[in-house]
Amino acid sequence: MASSIRVRATANGDITEVQALIQHPMDTGLVKDSKGEVIPAHFIQQLKFECNGKDVFVADWGTAVSKDPYVKFSFKGAKKGDELKISWTDNKGASDATTAKIA
Amino acid sequence: MTTTTGAHPTRRLILQGAASVALLGLGNLAFAAPARAAANDKYPEEAFRQKGEADAIKALYGKTAEPSDKVKLDAPEIAENGGVVPISVTTTLDKVSSISFFVAENPFALAASYKIPDGTIPAVANRLKMAKTTKLTAIVEADGKLYSATKEVKVTVGGCGG
Repeated sequence: MASSIRVRATANGDITEVQALIQHPMDTGLVKDSKGEVIPAHFIQQLKFECNGKDVFVADWGTAVSKDPYVKFSFKGAKKGDELKISWTDNKGASDATTAKIA
Repeated sequence: MTTTTGAHPTRRLILQGAASVALLGLGNLAFAAPARAAANDKYPEEAFRQKGEADAIKALYGKTAEPSDKVKLDAPEIAENGGVVPISVTTTLDKVSSISFFVAENPFALAASYKIPDGTIPAVANRLKMAKTTKLTAIVEADGKLYSATKEVKVTVGGCGG
């Protein structure tokens, strides 16, 4: 199965820029479907980026993060070819993880 | 006689008990605040459940923020679709440990909170939902203090629809 996570990590000198796009409904639990039934909350709570055994970025998310979340950040200390590990867990206990090579 | 002397120790005991409970409470608070602020891995469930912005900030950080021009919040003046509002923040502050986003009139004010470990650049871009035209606040935690920037974003179509 294709991963729910799409990542692009590019190193420019000492700084690595990371852009991630995750496929997730991010339901708030406040919206009703066409039958008038509440769609239960279903959203990513924590998203983690790890590089060389160290957390480089941790996101704690609530329901106000848009559907199919996008995030961008940069960090220092990695070089081309290093591996970036990305993982998320949602409020229903589901999770996904992937690794990306820094280009 | 016996009744009065009997009553005094009890009252004292109760008072002492109350005092120690109060002290314990204070102690817990004092310890909990730095623990929360530090880069621990725990998901701040409580903060995400707060409806108001002030309550959410208090639950997340245990203190209040002061406005700072060193925090730069970038968001559109008008968002056509409240379901996807691109928002980013950058700062020139040193020793940043976290960045959080609050949307004042959303059902739950805290939208996202990012931990910034050493070596990570204090700048984040993401996309948030906004229920209606309201104030957006970014808080940067730097060197143990909180700094904020706010911006009003007009929303033409709310982010709560289906």
